[in-house]
Amino acid sequence: MDAVEGMSAVTGPNAGAGMLDRRNPPGLFNRLYGKTGWSLFFAGLAVTCALVPLLNLIVPEGSFLHLPDYWVALLGKIMCYAILALAMDLVWGYTGILSLGHGIFFALGGYAFGMYLMRQIGHDGSYHSDLPDFMVFLDWKAYPWYWKFTNHIAYVLLLVVLAPAVLALTFGFFAFRSRIKGVYFSIITQAMTVAFMLLFFRNETGFGGNNGFTDFKRILGHPIATAGTRMILFMTTALVLLGLMLVLRYIVTSKFGRILMAIRDAEGRIMFTGYNPLIYKLAIWTFSAMIAGVAGALYVPQIGIINPGEMSPGNSIEIAIWTAVGGRGTLVGALIGAVIVNGAKSWFTQAFPDYWLYFLGALFIMTTLFLPKGVMGLIDKWKVRT
Amino acid sequence: MRKFLPALTGLAALALCHFAEAFDAATATVLASGNSDTRIEALNKVIAGSDTAALPFLEKMLAEGVKISGDKAFIVDGDKAFDPVTGQPAELPADADDVVNSNRMRNEIESAISTLKLTSPDRTVRLEAAKSLQGGDTDEAKLPLVQAAETKEKDPEIRDILGQVRANIQLTSTDKAVRLAAVKTLAESSSPNIKEMLSTRLAADGETDPEARTAIVGAIKDIEGRLSRFELIAQIFTGVSLGSILLLAALGLAITYGLMGVINMAHGELMMIGAYATYVVQNLFRAYLPDAFQFYLLAALPVAFLVTAGVGMVIERLVLRYLYGRSLETLLATWGTSLFLMQLVRTIFGAQNVGVENPDWMSGSISLAASLSLPYNRIVIIGFAAAVLAFMWWLLTKTRLGLFMRAVTQNRTMARCVGVPTAKVDTMAFGLGSGIAGLAGVALSQIGNVGPDLGQHYIVNCFMVVVLGGVGQLAGTVLAALGLGIVSKFLEGITGAVLAEIVVLIFVVVFIQRRPQGLFAMTGRSAEV
Repeated sequence: MDAVEGMSAVTGPNAGAGMLDRRNPPGLFNRLYGKTGWSLFFAGLAVTCALVPLLNLIVPEGSFLHLPDYWVALLGKIMCYAILALAMDLVWGYTGILSLGHGIFFALGGYAFGMYLMRQIGHDGSYHSDLPDFMVFLDWKAYPWYWKFTNHIAYVLLLVVLAPAVLALTFGFFAFRSRIKGVYFSIITQAMTVAFMLLFFRNETGFGGNNGFTDFKRILGHPIATAGTRMILFMTTALVLLGLMLVLRYIVTSKFGRILMAIRDAEGRIMFTGYNPLIYKLAIWTFSAMIAGVAGALYVPQIGIINPGEMSPGNSIEIAIWTAVGGRGTLVGALIGAVIVNGAKSWFTQAFPDYWLYFLGALFIMTTLFLPKGVMGLIDKWKVRT
Repeated sequence: MRKFLPALTGLAALALCHFAEAFDAATATVLASGNSDTRIEALNKVIAGSDTAALPFLEKMLAEGVKISGDKAFIVDGDKAFDPVTGQPAELPADADDVVNSNRMRNEIESAISTLKLTSPDRTVRLEAAKSLQGGDTDEAKLPLVQAAETKEKDPEIRDILGQVRANIQLTSTDKAVRLAAVKTLAESSSPNIKEMLSTRLAADGETDPEARTAIVGAIKDIEGRLSRFELIAQIFTGVSLGSILLLAALGLAITYGLMGVINMAHGELMMIGAYATYVVQNLFRAYLPDAFQFYLLAALPVAFLVTAGVGMVIERLVLRYLYGRSLETLLATWGTSLFLMQLVRTIFGAQNVGVENPDWMSGSISLAASLSLPYNRIVIIGFAAAVLAFMWWLLTKTRLGLFMRAVTQNRTMARCVGVPTAKVDTMAFGLGSGIAGLAGVALSQIGNVGPDLGQHYIVNCFMVVVLGGVGQLAGTVLAALGLGIVSKFLEGITGAVLAEIVVLIFVVVFIQRRPQGLFAMTGRSAEV
């Protein structure tokens, strides 16, 4: 109803104040991050591209400094989630559109890449057939049309971003054109999520039904389960994440980004000053969906499975809470939130599996009640005091 | 145990004596000896006489447990022998021969047994017998007995099967008049099985007489017409039933979201708590008031209402109060609440589904025809939804609380100016919406599984109903719920359940984009914000 006013009440006029102060940025380098920001960025680069491979692959297994494979897998997974959280921050934090459908875009990217991985299994499935096992099971004789060309990596990489983009574009176009916003929009994205989840649960949809895709063997002809492949996937994820931290920062500090924030804070006024919010919202919405698709594509080979469970409405809402915990409209906050919540989740579900939902539920409530600006808000407060 | 069996069956035979032409030693002998033709003739005579006393003997004969010596037949069990008629132990002569049954004979005996069983007082025995006759051959000798059993039969299911057996016998009669008469009576039927049977008669090796063929075609058309009418009624009924469930689930939301504008993602969990309250009340009744168990649902209604209203008011006081006007945050906070409540229920009651029993007066169904029966629990729920709707309408339009609620909805500031305690009204209104969710939970506990994720299945559909109907419009909510229910049931017939749900969701999403204000638009100043 009055979500736009609501947003401005929370984030206030000084949301993202750090960047608005610099009216005349002295160059791109300084515009993107300050000194601390860049140091952290390069530290991240060094850790993920040098330290982690060194500790995992070179340092022998018995050593105190050795980083177990388990940790590499966990970090890789969390980085995928962080990319997803960045996508969410772009639409929710900066543009005020709360999407409860980003799980779909994530899963679509994952399924698109999963199709390639399924083709790479070749004849090594249980039935030694040209087709994936689940198709043999359904007694299908040939690939359905939408599986065409999925054995070409270039096409699949395109599909990873195009599939979510096309869905987001169509859905967004009609929704934004009808000026559906606020909670209304959130609810219909959730309806879309449920519809897609049900669709992918069907065996006849041609994506493996309940079980989804799993038992991958190879990627680009290399066996997928080796330490080397895993490390390359990990590093790719890290590079994509760090790259996005630059690209997205560039976008939100640009004029385009400021219009997005203006739409978030007072869409009516933006319209009266002659902008058409439709184009801006549609652009960022679609772009965000593409990023979510990339996150999904990076996620699937590292986790080794994609199934319709990823599309459940709960998962999509959880993305929002990662962003909220870290602090909306800050990008770094999304990253921090994804790391905190998912780190806590892996710890909790092992140590106290029964209490995880209590914690998550409390996190949703406490963050919205007491931490409207998330961890980043806390850090800012602490900075002001010292 | 074994030892008493023959004696018992002997007694049973005595008791049934008045039914039967006495099954005597001579008949037993004829049944057990001679060539197949004379044996079958004797068998038919037994069937014609509804001679249930022959049952144990026939069953024994089928199990190769009969021996014959000279002109006397014996039932043999291990190394003991019994008289076939009286069941008394008897001396088995040394020259006794096994009675050997040809395949044809075995079939004849089998169907004779099932024919005889049709007169059994035990329903399951009769049902089984009728079913076994259904697949068997069509022997006109059985006709009188089947007909007699059919007229005496009270159970609709068995009667339907018997009717088919009879029709099948008549349809293959060599007498054309009998066949025509049979087709004529069959045309009155509304059983899909009879239609199926008639169409098999149209096959090449079936009916050859042209007149009879046209009669059969006509009969099939008659039955089809009746069937499709019934199917339509059945579909509308299940649609209305689904719609009433959606309505119940959405009515509470129509208050909390529709009137107050609070996005309550924990609404489904409030229903779940209502269902668990029913479960607890049921267990209390079972433990302390077993005599009044049939009425536990009536007690569960106020309990569920109060418990969920209480939980709702606590949520409003502790969480929502601080988030008014921030709908997106409300959405997240209530989602968190829903996770919390779900886990709480899991901790208390366990993750498994719990069993909630229908009281007797809710189980069973009204059977309007073989293919159309309306379950009582569905009918009760339709009535219940109407009652809750009436209750809500009364509360909103006729009471002071309802007046205050509408006032706060329309103009909060003005309401406060004239002295309406808006904060209290908010709490009460949210409590009311939650309580109605609890009532919906009681209804849901009667038709589906009660488990911690019960609410998750309904939450998206609830919002669809409210949004489709137009936010803040009771009439719209009703129309949307019934419409969605009926449409999805009709689609289900065409596309299957899952695709139907997908299509409905997509339809709603598209509809909202075409008409964001829903079916019933709010007019006036509050329309556009």
